[in-house]
Parts: sequence; structure tokens; C-alpha cells
Amino acid sequence: MYAQMVKTDADRVKTLDEMAPQERAFQERIDRNEKIEPKEWMPEAYRTTLIRQIGQHAHSEIVGQLPEGNWITRAPTLERKAILLAKVQDEAGHGLYLYCAAETLGVSRDELLEKLHSGKMKYSSIFNYPTLTWADMGAVGWLVDGAAIMNQVPLQRTSYGPYSRAMVRICKEESFHQRQGYDIMMKMCAGTADQKAMAQDALNRFWYPSLMMFGPSDADSVHSAQSLAWKIKVDTNDELRQKFVDQTVPQAKYLGLTIPDAELKWNEEKGGYDFSQPDWDEFFDVIAGNGPCNKERLGARVKAWDDGAWYRDGLTAHAQKAATRRTTAKIAAE
Amino acid sequence: MSGKWPLWEVFIRGQHGLNHRHVGSLHAPDAEMAILNARDVYTRRNEGVSIWVVPSAQITASSPSEKGPLFEPANSKVYRHPTFFDIPEEVGHM
Repeated sequence: MYAQMVKTDADRVKTLDEMAPQERAFQERIDRNEKIEPKEWMPEAYRTTLIRQIGQHAHSEIVGQLPEGNWITRAPTLERKAILLAKVQDEAGHGLYLYCAAETLGVSRDELLEKLHSGKMKYSSIFNYPTLTWADMGAVGWLVDGAAIMNQVPLQRTSYGPYSRAMVRICKEESFHQRQGYDIMMKMCAGTADQKAMAQDALNRFWYPSLMMFGPSDADSVHSAQSLAWKIKVDTNDELRQKFVDQTVPQAKYLGLTIPDAELKWNEEKGGYDFSQPDWDEFFDVIAGNGPCNKERLGARVKAWDDGAWYRDGLTAHAQKAATRRTTAKIAAE
Repeated sequence: MSGKWPLWEVFIRGQHGLNHRHVGSLHAPDAEMAILNARDVYTRRNEGVSIWVVPSAQITASSPSEKGPLFEPANSKVYRHPTFFDIPEEVGHM
């Protein structure tokens, strides 16, 4: 999931009877699957939770460009380079769709960026892992985008209109991302023994961090229960993780790769795989800022923003000058 | 920085001769940059043949709280729909 552990401010989910009439009417609209639109009344907690969730999601798209950007200049062929460039450009686009959706809730993009840059808002833990070889581009597309799709497809039905519409656009484009990753893996697995070993190594390193993307079990989380009631979350973290594992295991088998989990086995009774949980201590450590690449990622973001200031200022100055010229010309003509 | 840049609403005419349709919004310092940004953000897969950008501040929207009074008058006028009228089968297609 691109948004992990989003807090809702709730200490428990209210029943319809406990709600004031306005809030009850709101909840009933959500229960009827009506979309909530920007200027309509909404509980303050719904608004702030959505800003956190959409903001975190947008930040993940933007920071998610960095691990792959690392390989654009080193892609093995011109075609792979063009494909990777297109994928990274999509991520920028996805970030922008999501910032737009967040802005309809009354927060400014600058405010969101400032919170990202100062570490007050998070992005997905997955992007704090390094991309060491070209095979990592395959693993990231296949596993990381695969996990993102798992989360984003149900979010197309989320209750907030602008978020839902952004998700529809994103999902349409995201399938390309996963397929190009799997395509890289297929090529490497059909290559030399060394290339196949690189693919296996990439899977080994990205498997557990990908499972972490869904966040820790939220079966007992009040925040999750509240988000489910508001339909800004559609499945629990465990449900999504299970679906992801069930989908991915046969794909790894096709590649002739081994999932790095000795406990992995088919459970006939539940109709899914049993598997090992990732190291959740590591997850919390990465979230807290101590992952292998946290400093590098945030540093690159802040540097790009600061280094681009002169260009943004230039565009603003040009726009002002052009506007002044138009006004002067108009006065002269009168 | 971009906070100084106005918000623009983006409308795109798709391939098939349809109306321009609202697709989203973006920040840009002027109309020219808004068109360029809209090209990159909203038409990466040939989604359009024409782009309109409009400063968001120039759009006047109806208020959600007036939805009732605003749209109520149309509710009671079912005779505006052709299906209101029963035409005997013998008459043929109409």
C-alpha cells in the first residue's frame, strides 16, 4: 500500500444512532455508495484523514521516482531506457493527480511538499530500499507496482470523488508498470546463469519489503475500522497481503525463481498460501527514518526542490512581465 | 513557490469528436505553461486532440446546499422524456 498506517483521530467507530443528524446523513450517503464531492459537508476527521492518506500516497509516487531514476542512464538498451523513462514520468503524473485531489480538501500543494520535506509526512517505506542492479528494476515493477495495484484497484471505489477519479486514471496506467517489470524478470531469467542469479537476488531483497507495503496487521486497529466505515479504505491490510502473495507465487514459479520463505506453502483449507510475516521491527525502524536510503531519498527531493527554485521563479517573472506587457499594450491602444 | 501559481482546470477533447471534458487541474504561472503541463500530465497516451485551460478562479460553481431548489423543477416534469408517451405498436417506430 502506498499509504501506510494512516491515523483517523477516532478512538472508536460511532454507530449511526450516536451521530448528530448531519453526520448520520453523511454516513448514510457513504453506505449507499454515493460519492462525496469537494464542497459538500464532511466531518472534519474525514477531511483530515483523507489529506493524510492522499498526501502520503502522492508523496510515495513522487519519491518512488528516485529508486528507478537511478537506472535511467544505465538501462541496458535504448528501448529499456525509453520504457523506464515513460514509467518514471507516469509516477510524476500520478503524484500530480493525487496532489490535485488533496488540494480539493483545502490544503495547498506547497503545504504538503513542505511537510514531506520536513519529514512531518511520510511516503511508503518501500522507497527507502536501494536499487542495486538492473534486475531491481524488474523486481520493483513486478512486486512494488504489483502491490500498489492490489491496493489501488479497490480504491477506485473509494467514497471521495476526486480521489476515486484519480485512482481510475492511475490504475489504467499502472498495469504497464507491472508488466514492464515482469518482462525484465522474464528476460533475465531466460538469460545466463549470472543474470538469473541477479533476478533471484532482486526477488530476495524486495520480497519482504513488498509485503511491508500493506502495513502491519490492522485487524484490531480502530483507525482502520473508521477508514473502512468511511470507505476510504476498502480491504484490510491482511486481506490485501494475502491476495498479493497468492497472485505472486505462481508468477515467481513461472520465472523459475524461489520466494525467499521456507514456510511458504499452499493451504487448501483457506484456499491461499501460508507465508512468513516480514520483520515488523525493521518496518517501524524504516518508517522512523532509519532505513538504508531514507536520508538519501529525502535529501534528493529537497535538493531537486531547492535547485529548481530559480526556474520556478523565472517562469513566475516571465508570466508577470507578459501580463504587464499585455496591459500596457491595451492601454496604449485605447 | 507553486503557491504563487494559479490553479488551472484542464479540459480535453478526446479522439472521437466529443465535447471537451474536465480531466483535472494543475498549477502553472500562465496559460501557455498550463497548456504544456496539461499535455504532459493528462495526455501521455494520446487521450486528446485539443486542450482548454481555464483559471479555476474564473469558474462559478453552483452551491451543493442549493442542489434541492436548483434541480427540483426538473424532477416533476417527466413528460420531457419521450418514454412518458405510450405510442401504439401499430404506429411503428417514432
